[in-house]
Amino acid sequence: MNLRAYILKRLFLSIFVLIGLSIVIFIIARVVPGDPARMALGPRAPQYAVDQLRQEMNLDQPLPTQYYYWVKGVLVGDLGKSLTTKRAVADDVKEFLPATLELAFIAAIFVVIFSIILGTLAAKYRNKWVDTVIRVMAYTGVAVPAFVLAVLFLLLFGYIWPVIPVLGRLSPEIMPPPTITGLITVDSLITGDLSAFWDALKHLILPALALAMGPLFQEARIVRSAMTDNMSKDYLAAAVGYGIPSSVIMRKYLLKPSLIPAVSVMGLDIASLMGNAFLVEVIFNWPGISRYGMEAMLRKDLNAISAVIIVFGVIFVLVNIIVDLIVAYLDPRIRLGGKV
Amino acid sequence: MDNPILDIRDLHVWYRTYGGYAKVLDGVNLFVHKGEKVGLVGEAGCGKTTTMRSVLRILPESQVHTPRGQILYHGQDILQMNQRELHHVRTGGVSMIFQEPAAALNPVFTVGTQITDVIKYSGLSKQEKQKDNIKNLAMQAISEVYIADPERIMNSYPNQLSGGMKQRICIAMAIVTARELLIADEPGTALDVTIQDQVHKLLRGLVEKKGMSLIMITHSLGVAREMTDRIYVMYAGNIVEVAKSGDLFRKPRHPYTLGLLESVPKLTGGGMAEGIYGQIPDYLRPPGGCRFHPRCPRAIARCQEEKPNLADLGDGHQVACFQV
Amino acid sequence: MDINTQTAFDVNIPSASTRYKEALRKNWYKFSRNKLSVVGLVIVLAVIVVAVFAPYVAPYPKHAGSFVDYQHANLAPSLTYLLGTDNIGRDILSRIFFAFRGALYMAVLVLVISLPVGVILGLLAGYFKGTWIDTIIMRTTDIFLAVPPLILALAISAVLKPNLTNAMIAVTVMWWPWYTRLVYGMATSLRNEYFVTAAELIGASKFHILFREILPNCLSPIFTKMALDVGWVILLGAALSFVGLGEQPPTPALGQMVSDGSRYMPDLWWMTIFPSLAIIIIILGFNLLGDGIRDMLAKGEHDRG
Repeated sequence: MNLRAYILKRLFLSIFVLIGLSIVIFIIARVVPGDPARMALGPRAPQYAVDQLRQEMNLDQPLPTQYYYWVKGVLVGDLGKSLTTKRAVADDVKEFLPATLELAFIAAIFVVIFSIILGTLAAKYRNKWVDTVIRVMAYTGVAVPAFVLAVLFLLLFGYIWPVIPVLGRLSPEIMPPPTITGLITVDSLITGDLSAFWDALKHLILPALALAMGPLFQEARIVRSAMTDNMSKDYLAAAVGYGIPSSVIMRKYLLKPSLIPAVSVMGLDIASLMGNAFLVEVIFNWPGISRYGMEAMLRKDLNAISAVIIVFGVIFVLVNIIVDLIVAYLDPRIRLGGKV
Repeated sequence: MDNPILDIRDLHVWYRTYGGYAKVLDGVNLFVHKGEKVGLVGEAGCGKTTTMRSVLRILPESQVHTPRGQILYHGQDILQMNQRELHHVRTGGVSMIFQEPAAALNPVFTVGTQITDVIKYSGLSKQEKQKDNIKNLAMQAISEVYIADPERIMNSYPNQLSGGMKQRICIAMAIVTARELLIADEPGTALDVTIQDQVHKLLRGLVEKKGMSLIMITHSLGVAREMTDRIYVMYAGNIVEVAKSGDLFRKPRHPYTLGLLESVPKLTGGGMAEGIYGQIPDYLRPPGGCRFHPRCPRAIARCQEEKPNLADLGDGHQVACFQV
Repeated sequence: MDINTQTAFDVNIPSASTRYKEALRKNWYKFSRNKLSVVGLVIVLAVIVVAVFAPYVAPYPKHAGSFVDYQHANLAPSLTYLLGTDNIGRDILSRIFFAFRGALYMAVLVLVISLPVGVILGLLAGYFKGTWIDTIIMRTTDIFLAVPPLILALAISAVLKPNLTNAMIAVTVMWWPWYTRLVYGMATSLRNEYFVTAAELIGASKFHILFREILPNCLSPIFTKMALDVGWVILLGAALSFVGLGEQPPTPALGQMVSDGSRYMPDLWWMTIFPSLAIIIIILGFNLLGDGIRDMLAKGEHDRG
């Protein structure tokens, strides 16, 4: 199988997954709660208003028809109205998504960089004290839930040792750059506003770190075990025997094959990181789509809930395709398959 | 006679395991002269590969303990060398070909990358390491192992090549810069019989053409006879018999060698091979005295107590056995 | 590769009880080789004991409910109140002990329900690989794995009434696919093994093949995952209760206590720190234990590096 067929197959499966996901969301948002119209209007609304809304929302139709109308809406970007913000959900998504993407992106960078560094160090000094220290750090790091870490950061850096901002995306005295991409770091760089850039970056560090901590150590352990496994491979003994210096062996001959299993898991890890964003954004008062979704959930704002889950499903599918591409790039056995 | 290139003396190598030390090599003596082709024969697990990997110091260092012995390369002990000296041996002195060509090539780099890296980090001068020259050297090495279209092969990944091709590439990597000694660790075992034969012929041809010495590890006496001038027979971490290839077949002396020869199915004379009863011993608790005594048909009481040393029978024929 | 440690064939077949003892000793050796596994075991046992006997070991069992004592509110840790009291005078330590109950209860129930479901579906899909059964089961699994478990669990428990039962339902719905995927991978490779083919040839029933031939060979990864999963389920439960979707006050829950405490930072720091540490310790304990079990069940030598 060549790369193109491989990716087409992945895309095809992804579409299937998204269709399935839409059914699951439909069930959660429209079927499970009972009467969405009643929920939207509240228990004290008069019955005729509820009936009217039921008609507007096509709730008087059979379920498959309802599903059809709903999917049709989603496909043209009509995600319904939010009960919380009284605006079109699609507009809310547009407004809040960039903040989350920026946060997740920085967190993902933390994960990639630190997991490779720590994993390599642990493998290089395996069974020495460096390895032990990293292992203990990893056990602890993995065991701290993101929201607990976020609360602890808030306590430490918000009250006890305020060296770094803890709330929001920018300090109040900084003028936000004009919205171009919605990513403040990028927008401020485009407009050349360096003070806003630094400020935005500083605001990103703590929430991103809270999100990254668990997956980071998880990945570091995968990198370490892949490296120690590969260390006993003949091709490394051969490369050493042919006189390739040990530094080149570590960063080239050992690292690349060892990254393949790590990158494969990274897709799932980054997804779980996005899930944790729900609580972390609330704690850090981060105006992202996760906080928006969280509020929607607490207020049973069904349209907004569905939209947020769909957005995350799509992001997850995209992340996985990107991960597949990276793995295929790293691993010629996947990229090329058969013989010449 | 001039001094040997490589002279292994009384080499002991132990592995750390959870059950204690596995005392695999128990005093190996072996030498190779310039241009000489030497065979190292023994059944699987007898320490052939361990011996040869010690020469390049590519055993996992954290697990290996070398309580005694020397590996002299032109009189200098490889076991005592610093990284710089070791690098010198690895890039200009000794190189090795592995049993499993599929495992010996890194799956995620092209053949070209792997060969050119060997040149790039070798002891060649800056001038010789210019990009064009590196590529030329690599292509030349690939054509030397009779692969057509080296350009295309350079851009291939190992898994795109057949087993025989991979082994040729490994040979090319081992000879791409000049070496004095080539160690071939059962280079044909993982391959089809016909391909195996081609690889062996290729090896012998290259070694003779370049005036290199060869140590050929094999479990087949037939291959050793065909390829080498002198044969070391190894059993459970000991050299039990050394002789010129012809002599070993004409007048084998050690009971183990006899057993090995009998276990080869013959075309003439009927019947199945006799073989040797039993297995290689447990290295965690090796038998005392001669390690072969539990399996030896001619063992006497002394064999359990005392370890026989190699005794000279003249003309380089040596045997480690009390019963000879 | 040159080490051959095989010994001569042992003709003495030991009796069943010595074999059992021998196996136990060997497993304990493999488990305890890593000291951290023993630490994990101790933590987990301690948490279980404290949770089960909470009414007897907690210093102030009444404080687990809607107890109010403003005289002793907002007290820092002291000998009377080891971890301090909350804003209405309840002992934090006692509440943590009782919160362990809910956390363990949830973890056990979620796993007891989702494990058989996930395992059976995985076995079916793996054994019937390539048929419509495989397609339906595994594509459904993909859908559930396509969204981080926390998000769907939040959504499900949000549309339901917020309480512990519904939180458990939400987490269970999210959890079975992981077992399905794990078992599927093993079943697809095991179904080509000779012992399965042999059973098929002598006409064994599908039930026999799935549960007697394939399943026993999948058990050690399942057990390993289960031990690790207890920690993750507790984490998910804590996250849900942090936003108010789990156990409802006045019954204590770890996430809920962290969330309550965070409103009184930094003055009543003990209200936040100790429940946080409790969450970390319980998850850490199960992770360490899970790794120990994996080492114990691993075939051959582990981590030769």
